[in-house]
Amino acid sequence: MKVVVDMNKCQDHGQCVFSAPDVFQLDDTGRLAYVSDPDDALRDEVEEAADVCPLQAIRIEA
Amino acid sequence: MAETAHAPRSPGRVVVAGASMGGLRAAEQLRAAGWTGAITVIGDEPHMPYNRPPLSKDVLAGKVPFESLAFTPRASAADVEWRLGTTVASARLDERVVGLDDGTELAFDGLVVATGMRPRRLRCDGPSGPGSGRHTVRTLADARGLREELTRPGVRVVVIGAGFIGCEVAATAKGLGVGEVTVVDPEPLPMLRPLGEVLARALHRRHEERGVRFALGAGVAGFEGEDRVTGVVLTDGTVLPADVVVESVGSVANTEWLDGNGLDLSDGVLTDDQLRVGGRPNVVAVGDVARFPNARYDGVPRRVEHWSIPTDTAKHAAKSLLAHLVGSAAQPAPFAPLPTFWSDQHEFRLQSFGAPALGIADVRVLDGDPDGDVLVGYHCDDRLVGVVALGGPAATTGAARYRAQLLARPALIS
Repeated sequence: MKVVVDMNKCQDHGQCVFSAPDVFQLDDTGRLAYVSDPDDALRDEVEEAADVCPLQAIRIEA
Repeated sequence: MAETAHAPRSPGRVVVAGASMGGLRAAEQLRAAGWTGAITVIGDEPHMPYNRPPLSKDVLAGKVPFESLAFTPRASAADVEWRLGTTVASARLDERVVGLDDGTELAFDGLVVATGMRPRRLRCDGPSGPGSGRHTVRTLADARGLREELTRPGVRVVVIGAGFIGCEVAATAKGLGVGEVTVVDPEPLPMLRPLGEVLARALHRRHEERGVRFALGAGVAGFEGEDRVTGVVLTDGTVLPADVVVESVGSVANTEWLDGNGLDLSDGVLTDDQLRVGGRPNVVAVGDVARFPNARYDGVPRRVEHWSIPTDTAKHAAKSLLAHLVGSAAQPAPFAPLPTFWSDQHEFRLQSFGAPALGIADVRVLDGDPDGDVLVGYHCDDRLVGVVALGGPAATTGAARYRAQLLARPALIS
């Protein structure tokens, strides 16, 4: 699956990290880093991460 | 998705009353839970569901366009029928029918109550209505109208109510360069009830340092002006000159349409721990209109106006409704969400996990200092029930470290 985060929208809330820790992480400076092509087995987690993003910055493209 | 496309459609229809975030999430979660029958979502606003928090912050500040707020519905919800610009006016639950404001009736097999809240308005003397300069912030139209007036040169703003919306709007107005911004509240400090004294004091100081004025311990007696407001009269007789007034004094549940069905509608719609309404397995409630017991805490039913709640409730309510509609005997575990909220004011953020309101009598500074980044813990019977961070990214990361602990503790009533 393909994940895109609009980094202009992202405000580093980190809610996605709780839902899908294998895909989203906050680095040492508190900025978001993520895997853009996670395994399809993680779809439920990534969908939940997209749901809980306060800025609705996460898109699942395929 | 390929599977559901080829599966036989479930017979019947779920009607979702309310087309904001809770309505959208309910429709999506019904599909995720396996409902293949019809879904009709009814909403009074003309817009598809959109994200409300930026309305008092980045959208009001003009940093983000209004158009960017629309949610992107999941592909699985592509065949949901949206009836927008339509209000649900009545319901006869025994007959499984809702009535719309255009006079039509809609039969349902399952009903999701997602009609949300509307702003409470002050009832006192003075100008009122459109063009009076009195505003609320709940909808896109509200934020558009307020932004237009806030950006006029030399405008004087009075915000009534020092809660989340009031404090955010005051900070945004200051950021827009408004010279005079005054926040009025009957409490002695802003956000005292949800946060307690330590953080309320810290917030008060930060707002004052950035030029926000406060009239605390004060009520509103009325408004001066003919067609448009020119001042806010306080209960002690003081008059605050004002061109724009923002009323952020709480909200009222949109439940009138459910009258006559024998439900407890005393504060939102009462549900059981499966979010079912009035003991009816075919009616559930989601979002801030739902007054639900949280099995994680004391089991007392409460409405929760946090952004996380529409998603949490929709997920659980969809499963509970579907168990009835498809005749499953499986009973989901009681609903027990971990509440979370945030608030951005000026350049700092408040970030909460858990239920600080339940531990407001025992507040301890866990880390940092109220003058800088600070992390505060809320305790009930010596047990940590909530944390709130105030400050920059380091503070909010600190709060997140307590999340696992707040999730892991056994429920108070188990």
